[in-house]
Parts: sequence; structure tokens; C-alpha cells
Amino acid sequence: MSKPPRFARPFSRLLANAAPALIAVEALVLAWEGYAGLSGISPTTLPTPSRVVSQAIEHRGALLENTIPTLGATVFGFAFSLVVAFTFSVLIDFFTPLRRALMPVFVVSQTLPLVAIAPLIVLWFGFGLAPKIMLVALVTFFPMLVALLQGYAATDRDIEALLASMGASRATLFRLARLPSALPYFFAGLRISITYAVVGAIFAEYAGAAKGLGIYMLNAKNNFRPDLVLAAVSVSAVLTLALFGAAMVIERLATPWSQRDKGRRP
Amino acid sequence: MSATRLELSDVSKSFDGLAVLDRISLQVRHGEFVSILGPSGAGKSTLFQVLTGGVARDGGQVRFDGAALGDNSPFAFMPQRDALMPWRRVVDNTTLGLEVQGVSRVAAQARVTPLFAEFGLDGFEQHYPAQLSGGMRQRAALLRTVVQDRPMLLLDEPFGALDALTRSGMQRWLMTMWAQHNWTALLITHDVREAVYLSDRIYTLTARPARVMREFAVPIPRSRRDLASAEASQIEAEILHTLLNQQQDP
Ligand SMILES: Nc1ncnc2c1ncn2[C@@H]1O[C@H](COP(=O)(O)OP(=O)(O)OP(=O)(O)O)[C@@H](O)[C@H]1O
Ligand SMILES: [Mg+2]
Repeated sequence: MSKPPRFARPFSRLLANAAPALIAVEALVLAWEGYAGLSGISPTTLPTPSRVVSQAIEHRGALLENTIPTLGATVFGFAFSLVVAFTFSVLIDFFTPLRRALMPVFVVSQTLPLVAIAPLIVLWFGFGLAPKIMLVALVTFFPMLVALLQGYAATDRDIEALLASMGASRATLFRLARLPSALPYFFAGLRISITYAVVGAIFAEYAGAAKGLGIYMLNAKNNFRPDLVLAAVSVSAVLTLALFGAAMVIERLATPWSQRDKGRRP
Repeated sequence: MSATRLELSDVSKSFDGLAVLDRISLQVRHGEFVSILGPSGAGKSTLFQVLTGGVARDGGQVRFDGAALGDNSPFAFMPQRDALMPWRRVVDNTTLGLEVQGVSRVAAQARVTPLFAEFGLDGFEQHYPAQLSGGMRQRAALLRTVVQDRPMLLLDEPFGALDALTRSGMQRWLMTMWAQHNWTALLITHDVREAVYLSDRIYTLTARPARVMREFAVPIPRSRRDLASAEASQIEAEILHTLLNQQQDP
């Protein structure tokens, strides 16, 4: 075969795809640098990007120390959310009346304003990991549940009829057909939800925490250090991108067929 | 004449008032290859669904080897579209039925692997279905069907989705397979020539609600079958004539 190595091709394509975005970001940063540097605006109002970078490097110890709890809250909260979403998805798939009983509750849970809920949850559950896990779960649970249910519903009818003709039980049908059919939907949901998860964790910390990017941002703001706020924001962006990338890698590994199958999917 | 395996008497089915099957009666004997020909939408796939338990019949009887259908289905069913699972490798698709029966993965693979060559799938065990051609997908689906080792095969338009050339090749291949294995089969098809080439007997169905219109025997020995023989062409013409005439009457 004369194909380039497996990962080289996607990578060069990725770079080509990303080029316009990189150029746009670069232009934006340059404009910002020029404006903040030349207009004489105070760095405590609008710091230049170069100052943000230099301060980020100077405070890298503190930033790292505050990133780890945020990463922990995101990952644990998200894992908890996945377990709960999966459990409910299975319950709803097996006992369809549950869907009508539970969905309205879940939909309402999505309308709760985080700004109001986060401080309450911190008030009730303290400054530890628990309230963060809850808030991350609150923002990610519903999209994951919906993705799973949609995935189950997308199971090919012919495959179900085939399994039924083989004498498969409902549980076997779920394991052999409905669950694998839901995987692509699950991963699509995962990629979206992981970005919400980071935001949820930061929100929770903002409402009260001992350490974490959220509380770091709050303190920096209160100390009139927008440069450090922006440095923490950049770190959270990098964190989100890294988690997003990890989700894509897991998806690739877990659904090797879908790479070959792309052309056939609607 | 060998014993009757499958016997349907007066099987009816309607979906919310839409009559689909109207008192269908037919028989398939041991070792016989029987085809069902009928217009699109007549209710042919529904008939198979009734047999495999996918839908409940409204009336009539289904007997297999003289007894009502029990928990253990005697049928290995091949659905109209191949229904291969895109997430399973070809070998794991072909062992699906055995896995559902509780055969271990290793034992199931040991049973299918020797058949890959005969089914023209040698070397493709570890591929995914998306990497196969249309003809190969159909052969994989057929392998998945026959390896279940059930007393009877139900094949729903196994070659319907293929181009004419691949289809002829597959028909010839199925004929050879038929000669080597002692299968009993009921085949649904749209293709009159395919039915004449493969079958011992053919039932034609009316448009929905499906009723058995006529039964044709194909008294040509398998060794002398040829798609272009005069005998075959005559039966084919007769069947086509019956099918077309009924479509003209409202
Ligand atoms: N589960 C179902 N619920 C309601 N209607 C159904 C159902 N299954 C089939 N039908 C209807 O029954 C009729 C016959 O469908 P069926 O699939 O059996 O036709 P067919 O003879 O196999 O057609 P084709 O040759 O095109 O495959 C159609 O009008 C279809 O809409
Ligand atoms: Mg059909």
C-alpha cells in the first residue's frame, strides 16, 4: 500500500484545515496588542496579550496548582455524570414509561440558571469536591442522556428483526445491537459535553472553592489583575481543547469501524 | 415424496386495518427450495416476520414438522437488507446467531472459519462490513444465516440489491451450494428468472393483501438447469403472464 502512515495524513490535513483559524486568531491578537499598546489604556483595564503571556509564565506555578483541582472536578464530575446518564438511559430503554415520567424533570433541571444554583450547592455541600461534581454533572448529564437515547433509537430495524429471529432476549438485543448503535451518538455527545464540563467546574469554583481556576480568576479580578484572569482563561481553554482531543482519540479507538464507514453514514 | 416441513394454513395479518396477508396457505417439503414471487409491497417480508415471530399473526396456523412453532425457532432468517452490524468484523458478524444461541466465541469462530473459502470471503475475516463489496456482504449475510444450522432457511430477496452481473454469479454460486448441502429453503424474490433457476416450486402472490395466486412446479433437474434453456424460459413466461394479468385487474 502506498498510503502515508496512519496518523500522518490526518495530521497534515488537520493543519491545513486549521490554517484559516490560526490566521484569524493571529490577526485578532495582533490587533489587540496594537490597540492596548498604543491607545495608552491602563494594563489593569486591558493588558496586552504579551503581558498576559509573560504573567502566565511568571505565575505558572500558581496556575498549575489551580488547574489540577479544576481538571479533577471536571473529570470526576463528568465520569459521575456519564455513569448516571448511562444508568438512566438503560432504565428508560427497558421501561419506556419512565421516559415520560423522568424527561420533564430532566428538562427542568436544564433550565436552572447556574449563577443562582452554584452558590446554593456550595452553601449546602461545602468547598470540597462534591458540589463541583454535582454542578459538572448537572450541566453534562442531560446532553449525554439525550445522546444515548437517540443512539438507541437509531438502531437498524433489520438488525433488531434479525436478532429477534435468532431468539435473542431483550437484554441480548440491547447488548449486541442497541448499545453499539448508540456509540457514535454517545461520542458526539461526549465531545460537546466535555466543553460544558470545564465551564461547569469553573463556575462551581467561582462560587466558592479553596483552589481551582475559578477561584483563581475571582481572586485575580478582585486584585485588579485582568492579565492573570486572562492567563487563567487561556489555561482553561487549553484544558478544554486537551479534553476535547482526548475524547476524539478515545472515539477513534473505541469505534474503529466508523472511520471506514464514514462515506456510508448520512 | 419427502415429508412436509413447513405448512402454513390460512395465515392472515393486518396492520391497523390495512390487510396485508390474506389467508396464505403453502407448504415446503424436506429438502425443497421454494420461492415466493409477488409485487412490491404485497406483504412478502411480513410473511417472514410472522414466521420468525417479529409480528404476531391475526389468524391461521403455522406448523413445522407437524407441530406448532415453539420457543426454539426452526428458521435461520436472512433479512431483505443484509443487516450486517457495521461495528463487528466480518467473522463476528457471521457468528452472531451462534453467539445468541450461547456458543462461546472461540467455538463459534472455529465453526465459521472453515466456511469462509466456500463463501468467497477468504482473507476478509477481520474486515469490517463497510470494506466489502455488495456481493461479499450478501455472502457474509448468507454465511451468517446457514451457520446457525437451523432446519430451514428463510431468504428475503438475498440478491435484490445487487447489479445484474453480480446477481447471476451469486445465483449460480447459491445453486452449487444448494447441491452440496441438504438445505430446505423458502426464498422471497422479485426476479422471476431467479425463482425459476433456483426453485423446485414457486408460489405467486397477489398485490396487497397478499393471497396465493398460483403454484408452479419447476420440473427441471438441477444438473440441467440453465437460465437460457427453452424449458426454463417457458415456465418463466407463464409466471410473468400470470403476474402481469393480475396486476391489470383492479
Ligand atoms: N410493522 C408494520 N406496521 C405497519 N405496516 C407495516 C408493517 N410492516 C409492513 N407494513 C406494511 O405492510 C405492507 C407489506 O410490506 P412488506 O414489507 O411485507 O412488503 P414486501 O412484499 O416485502 O415488499 P417488497 O417486495 O417491496 O420488499 C406494506 O404496505 C407496509 O407498509
Ligand atoms: Mg420485502
